[in-house]
Amino acid sequence: MKLLTGLLRRDLAQMLFGARRGGAVLPILFFLSVAMLYPFAIGPDAPLLARTGGGVIWVAALLAAILPLDRLVEPDIELGMFDQWALRGISEEWVIALRVLAHWLSFGPPLMLAAVPASALLGLSSEALRIVELGLLAGTPGLAALGVTVAAITAGLRGGAALSGLLVIPLAVPLLIFGAGSLSTGGEGGVALTGAVSLVLLAIAPFAGGAAVRAGRD
Amino acid sequence: MQAGTQAARIDAKGLACRRGDRLLFAGLSLALGPGEAVQLMGANGIGKSSLIRILAGLMRPYAGDVSRIGQVGLVDERPALDPQLPLGRALQFWRGIDGAADVEQRPSLALLELDGLTDVPVRYLSTGQRKRAALARLLGQGAPIWLLDEPLNGLDTGAITLVEGLVANHCRGGGVVVIASHQPFALAGLTRIAMADYAA
Repeated sequence: MKLLTGLLRRDLAQMLFGARRGGAVLPILFFLSVAMLYPFAIGPDAPLLARTGGGVIWVAALLAAILPLDRLVEPDIELGMFDQWALRGISEEWVIALRVLAHWLSFGPPLMLAAVPASALLGLSSEALRIVELGLLAGTPGLAALGVTVAAITAGLRGGAALSGLLVIPLAVPLLIFGAGSLSTGGEGGVALTGAVSLVLLAIAPFAGGAAVRAGRD
Repeated sequence: MQAGTQAARIDAKGLACRRGDRLLFAGLSLALGPGEAVQLMGANGIGKSSLIRILAGLMRPYAGDVSRIGQVGLVDERPALDPQLPLGRALQFWRGIDGAADVEQRPSLALLELDGLTDVPVRYLSTGQRKRAALARLLGQGAPIWLLDEPLNGLDTGAITLVEGLVANHCRGGGVVVIASHQPFALAGLTRIAMADYAA
């Protein structure tokens, strides 16, 4: 247990507080700048902005989650950290599971905070904001799991960073459909389905990611 | 010294290694008991590093099997220390993992002449300093089996003597050491395996 908290603390120090390239700040700034640019591009049409704003927040959140992918797994493989953990009996599955948690903590909650000013910029009603926040709470863990899994699979490949972005986008479509879809139906059903997709991704991630890291050794 | 309750051993029988469609070596066996050390010799690309990774259990051999008693400590070309952290903190992370956080770190740092560098980020260290830092990590781990892949690369003559002394000390304490190096390694009772004899 002490061992796992040590690992988690290292992950958080690197992802949340930005020992490596800006940490959580860069994706959030990216997210906010999309929310800021969208009204400029569309023009001051308040009903249109309010109707489409929730979807824009979702698309921006998805793209912001892709930004840190290339530093999620690959640096630790290159440093030989995974090998040293394996020698100490720490399985790749545990490392990946903790990394999903750390990755989510470094962009999920900050994104939910940033969604508040973003919704103001887009003129969303408080009811729409509530559904967006619930949807993000249900959907971002799935995005984190998907991101870490894909990062583990593409680690060590040439152009892995670009490839992982391309791989995440189609796989994240269900999250986007249910998460953004819950806005138009206005119900909790969409949020629940987003949560279900997230749970499936969370269950798969440690095993798929761990197997990918091990396969990369040969 | 840290051999634990059971005496450390590493046994390998009939190992073969294939990389891509090329067989690197075949029919390689070795048996090392407490206090024994072996050096794998041979030209680049002959399979020394692959053999080390097979012995560590990080790579599956193409044929044969390996059995180990005791934890394995590995030093290879990657130091496994976070480049952006000061050396002291980077080593502290591994000491936390190895459950040695309360053990005084100074002696092993002083031994490796690293005590003046604890505040320097790992990425600013030279090749030789990084190698010595990796050896400090190995000392902190307290593993009875040492697998050293080119431990002398980038070290100056003073540091080479130092490493030879560390290995001799480890063997005296009942440890097992496998060294892969093309450089001569001075150690009493060191067995040498010429990898070329097993080349396929």
